[in-house]
Amino acid sequence: MSTAAPPEVQQVAAEEQGGLGGFLRARFEALRSGDVGSLPVIIGIVAITVFFTVKANIFFTAVNFDNLIPQMAGVTTIAIGVVFVLLIGEIDLSIGFLSGVAGVVVAELQMPGSGHDLPGLIAIALAILAGMVIGGIQGSFVAFLGVPSFVVTLAGLLAWQGVIIKALGTQGVIGIQDKQINDVANYVLAKNVGWILAIVFVVGFAGAAVGGQIKRRRAGLRAGNPILMLIRVVFWCGLAFAVVAVCNHSRGVPFAGLLIVFLTVLGTYVATRTTFGRHVYAVGGNAEAARRAGINVKLIRILVFMISGAMAALGGIIFASRLNSVDLTAGGGTILLDAISAAVIGGTSLFGGRGFVKAALFGGLIIGMISNGVDLVGYSDSTKYITTAVILLSAVTLDTVLRRRQAAAGR
Amino acid sequence: MSDTPTLELRGISKHFGSVQALSEVDFFVHDGEVMALVGDNGAGKSTVIKCVAGIYTIDGGEVFFEGKPVTIHGPKDAGRLGIEVVYQDLALCDNLDVVQNMYLGREAHDVVYRLREPEMELKTQETLASLSVTTVRSIRQPVATLSGGQRQSVAVARAVMWNSRVVILDEPTAALGVAQTRQVLDLVKRLAEQGLAVVIVSHNLHDIFEVANRITVLRLGRDVGVYDRAKTTQQEIVSAITAGVPTKVAGVAEEVEA
Repeated sequence: MSTAAPPEVQQVAAEEQGGLGGFLRARFEALRSGDVGSLPVIIGIVAITVFFTVKANIFFTAVNFDNLIPQMAGVTTIAIGVVFVLLIGEIDLSIGFLSGVAGVVVAELQMPGSGHDLPGLIAIALAILAGMVIGGIQGSFVAFLGVPSFVVTLAGLLAWQGVIIKALGTQGVIGIQDKQINDVANYVLAKNVGWILAIVFVVGFAGAAVGGQIKRRRAGLRAGNPILMLIRVVFWCGLAFAVVAVCNHSRGVPFAGLLIVFLTVLGTYVATRTTFGRHVYAVGGNAEAARRAGINVKLIRILVFMISGAMAALGGIIFASRLNSVDLTAGGGTILLDAISAAVIGGTSLFGGRGFVKAALFGGLIIGMISNGVDLVGYSDSTKYITTAVILLSAVTLDTVLRRRQAAAGR
Repeated sequence: MSDTPTLELRGISKHFGSVQALSEVDFFVHDGEVMALVGDNGAGKSTVIKCVAGIYTIDGGEVFFEGKPVTIHGPKDAGRLGIEVVYQDLALCDNLDVVQNMYLGREAHDVVYRLREPEMELKTQETLASLSVTTVRSIRQPVATLSGGQRQSVAVARAVMWNSRVVILDEPTAALGVAQTRQVLDLVKRLAEQGLAVVIVSHNLHDIFEVANRITVLRLGRDVGVYDRAKTTQQEIVSAITAGVPTKVAGVAEEVEA
């Protein structure tokens, strides 16, 4: 081994030893070698905010932020599933119309006077189950038969669109009167409840951070830098309180907002703290290595497609709930591309193995802000499409270039 | 060295369709010994390894572990016996860090499958230290950022971490520079010093003569013989590889073909 360590080694070492200065130096080194972290997302959010605030003064208001949350909730939820699929290096193109199918299922099951007017929560559970089963079937083609996921889910895209048209054929629309279903996207939490949830989040987040450090120290391992940990906790907790404060300035925290935060936290936990999550990253990083290490690669693939199906279904329920109905356009339009864009813009690699669940939340926010801003300014849909396309292409290009750069710096 | 080999293959055969990849191959390795497996391309080295690792099932012959007959039907069986293989491509996940790779597929977890990170990190530190692998600065850095020799070290350390008895290294130095080859060969010697049975497959006779105690030569799917490193020369091994006469003739013993 040559005596000069590669820059990454020094970088990691610096991150471990140094205080704040060491951390910043390490981040700068990482940036130079192509690990940009969440920088593009932050720049994107700031740029979009500034642009639309200038163009439409209602954009940067509490009321609009309160509206934005339910608008972005559906795409964000679907994008969480997309992150898992991208992590194993596959793609799921069926999620758009799969979400539409779930919307139709939930609307159909709650329909009064149809003989199966089930309570809302049961209808929701069955629709999610349906999404999970469909995802599992599509995943089985990929896992057992080795059919490229692009083709399997492209077939799914067509098939589920057909199913939606067939199911709604005669009337073309089903209204949703069930309160539980409509509450998913439209319920607003009481202001006190919002504050209590913010406190619960802060206590939980800080507790987990401190608990993890105590566990490391007890095991005799070097604990992380306490100042950095404090900064991280203060940042996230500050963000949580800021969101609640802004929402409470308007009507209050939308339930949909709570839902996507909960799903993001749950997804992050599964991806980073469980053996399943570890195996997902392993399959995306090197499927053959994972197989030889005894990981059931087929099972992981199927489970990931089931997660994707379930999240798409839940996203479809949020869409249906927001409109209080499903019609022939359910699951169509830009839902598919918005969800994939959200995951990729947030920083999930299309090449597998790299990314975080929180990418869905931040990417969903960016996509939601563009859509919301374009509507407010009064641009046409064409502008919305073109803008989203440019941002998606930029994100994927960035990912591709950075990946090459990291590989070059790696060895 | 004890008299009973840790791992012994007696007359194993393997065919793929009409191609006889191995016929009547004998092979053994003892504790604390480095046994080299050499041969030209297509001699059957990889097939032997894959049969031992449970990736292929043998068509004929017997496998003994510590003198007891065993059957190996899959990688799990091999793992249970304490047989670990470090493949040429190392089978590491570049996106995962050193600890995650060391525990790949065998993560320490509690009843609800939550990972026990401190335990894994501690054991990784210990294992790397016991093998004197000191060049890896942080075991929390992704494997993609390591050098070739470091990657090889991580792959070997992963193989020995699981109370393994037999470690098989497939071309461990093929892709390495001089200094890194040195590092890996030292590691191989340390494995044998710790009492493990080590099998090393290599094209590089120079490396083999440096670390191996004995050398098994394969040619065209048959074993030509076992040579003692101290009593042989590179010339003798080269001629055995290229023109060696098989010690047995296929088809003489019964049940060669399934």
